Amino acid sequence: MRKLWAIGRKDLIVLFRDRAALILMLAAPLALTVGLGLVTGGFSGGQTGLRDIPLVVVNLDQGPLGAGLTDLLQDDDLQSLLEPAFLDDPAEARRQVEEDAAAAAILIPQGFSAGVLPDAGGAVGPPAAIELIQNPGRPTGSAIVASIVSGYVLRLQAGEVGAQVVVSQLVASGRMLRQQIPVEAPAIGRRLAGNASNFSLIQIESDVAAAEAPASFNPLAYIAPAMALLFLMYTVGMGARSLLLEHEQGTLARLRASPTSESQVLGGKLFGTFLTGVAQLAILITATTLFFRLEWGSPLGLAALILAASAGATGWGAVLAAVTRSPSQVGSIGAALMLSFGILGGSFFSVELGPPLLQALARLTPNYWGLQGFTALASGGTLADLAGPIAVLWFMGLALFLAAVLVFRRRGAARG
Amino acid sequence: MPAMIEVSDLVKRYPGAPSPAVDGVSFRVEQGEVFSLLGPNGAGKTTTLAVLSCLLAPTTGDARVGGHSVRTDPMGVKRLLGVVPQEVALYLPLTAAENLNFWGKMYGLGGADLKQRVAEALDQVGLRDRAGERVETYSGGMRRRLNIAVGLLHHPSTVFMDEPTVGIDPQSRRSILDTVKTLNQQGMTVLYTTHYMEEAQELSHRIGVIDHGKLIALGTLDELTRLVGQEDVIELKIAGEHVPSELIEALRRLPDVSQASAEDGAVRLLVPDANRALADVVAAAGAHGVRIAGVAVQEPNLEAVFLHLTGRALRD
Repeated sequence: MRKLWAIGRKDLIVLFRDRAALILMLAAPLALTVGLGLVTGGFSGGQTGLRDIPLVVVNLDQGPLGAGLTDLLQDDDLQSLLEPAFLDDPAEARRQVEEDAAAAAILIPQGFSAGVLPDAGGAVGPPAAIELIQNPGRPTGSAIVASIVSGYVLRLQAGEVGAQVVVSQLVASGRMLRQQIPVEAPAIGRRLAGNASNFSLIQIESDVAAAEAPASFNPLAYIAPAMALLFLMYTVGMGARSLLLEHEQGTLARLRASPTSESQVLGGKLFGTFLTGVAQLAILITATTLFFRLEWGSPLGLAALILAASAGATGWGAVLAAVTRSPSQVGSIGAALMLSFGILGGSFFSVELGPPLLQALARLTPNYWGLQGFTALASGGTLADLAGPIAVLWFMGLALFLAAVLVFRRRGAARG
Repeated sequence: MPAMIEVSDLVKRYPGAPSPAVDGVSFRVEQGEVFSLLGPNGAGKTTTLAVLSCLLAPTTGDARVGGHSVRTDPMGVKRLLGVVPQEVALYLPLTAAENLNFWGKMYGLGGADLKQRVAEALDQVGLRDRAGERVETYSGGMRRRLNIAVGLLHHPSTVFMDEPTVGIDPQSRRSILDTVKTLNQQGMTVLYTTHYMEEAQELSHRIGVIDHGKLIALGTLDELTRLVGQEDVIELKIAGEHVPSELIEALRRLPDVSQASAEDGAVRLLVPDANRALADVVAAAGAHGVRIAGVAVQEPNLEAVFLHLTGRALRD
């Protein structure tokens, strides 16, 4: 086991000192994740570290509730998330959303406060709803704005905000003493909540976006593992290439001349490929978590899936090493395998969109099973939900490893 | 006392090859001996070492190292051996120390023992100051020295060195030859292959001359040079580099010439007495219209032995 570890560790170090390999193992999948994420709008969601959502606000309300909402939108807590611009003209606000200059527009109508808060005589004006115009091209950004406004309105309808405003007005006018606040404020809140009619205080435009936004699927949760798995196949190709390079450079013969068995040498080389794959996936996942704030799901499930995906891909690497004769052959066949598996396994488009034959072939690739696992995990799946993909990936790795050993033995016998 | 290496009628035939690469080779190497296999490129030296290192299975015959058969106990053989391959077999992106650590582990070393032996090996080949640098930054000579250090790291009782001085500068070559001598003085048995006769002459207690897979002569330097009867070698450099075949025939007919051959624009002659033969040789060249650009005379050596045994120069 010590020799297996030593060979594997050595291969890991050698590969991680190869700048060209590092570019393809780490920089390329990250760059593609960013590129595809931008194309698919994967960066327009809060989960992905979105900042400064452009927003236009028109406050025509003369009362305190409109002012309360504009204060909330400029709150310190939301400073980095929102970038509100205040206008006077609702048409101009609407135009900015249409021209994609803003993720959403909030129109607070005249008489909004009067429709909620009773005047000195206890009368309440006609209800007026806040209008929220969402930009369908920025589903996640506009959904964030909608959730903030909805939260404010909900508090309003529950009587919380209204009570605060009424109490502060009564205190300011001298009609209530500060000592009376603990007793009077809850009573006013209950009274206001009782006044709340079925009338909604918020109206949302752009129905499509509004319907999709709350449950919006972050495309990065698919793109990032898809790219990581695509380039995992590159890494296992490099592992296969390293075995043939060792043959060419004489280090394989030197290994075989040492008191190290053939199976230790082959096992060590594949263990090195496996380790490199694990390291690559772990680095990519850490990077996307840190840079894009992507949530991959349960760490335990993630670890199990990384190990299984690397094992499945390493099995293909073993077969590649067994059937090729030179490092350049590995380069060309490995690249073809990487791309075909990427296409078949869903790294470029969802397998479900393809014909039945493609869907059947997809199951031969570690990309497919890995993606099944990673997407299930990102959707809140547990270790139990991952059991299928994990079992298939380990079985794939083991079966292909055994097949490769048979081919190696046959080749060794032919060589004499 | 049993021999350290005992090779018995060893044959290695590659599938599809018209003739065996090693053809019935037998020899013994005693403990503490430096034994050289001398022969031109393609003679079968490296294949013999590959079989003795258990990298290739013999077609027939057997070889034993320290009493362990390469056929039945390859692991026993491998544990006794240090192997220095012809090509530099190192991991270039790793440092010298990392390479030695890795190879030490392949020989079962570890912990403080490995650390100490790595330091010793680096001292032995003069690379301690450069131990932390990647091997890819080393010169060819430094790589060769490290290549040797890897083979010696685990203190083997026997070391196989396959043409370790090919393609390196004279200074590194000198350093390697001195290392071999030092190792032998410390009691190590060395099986050395080369096509440089000077190296075989300088290092070896005994020499086996190999050609076309067959061991054609075996003995000490004195025993081998006696084979050619103390004959001298005359080498004539011919202007224009074309040697007419008629000239070679004419030279062979001269009474003072034992053998004559043409190689690379030169004529090689084996003669009992160079001083006596030279005048007739020069006259024969003149008679065939050949202009001589230079003459060199050599005392009996392994080159003459090989020429005597095969009719060809060793370097071919």
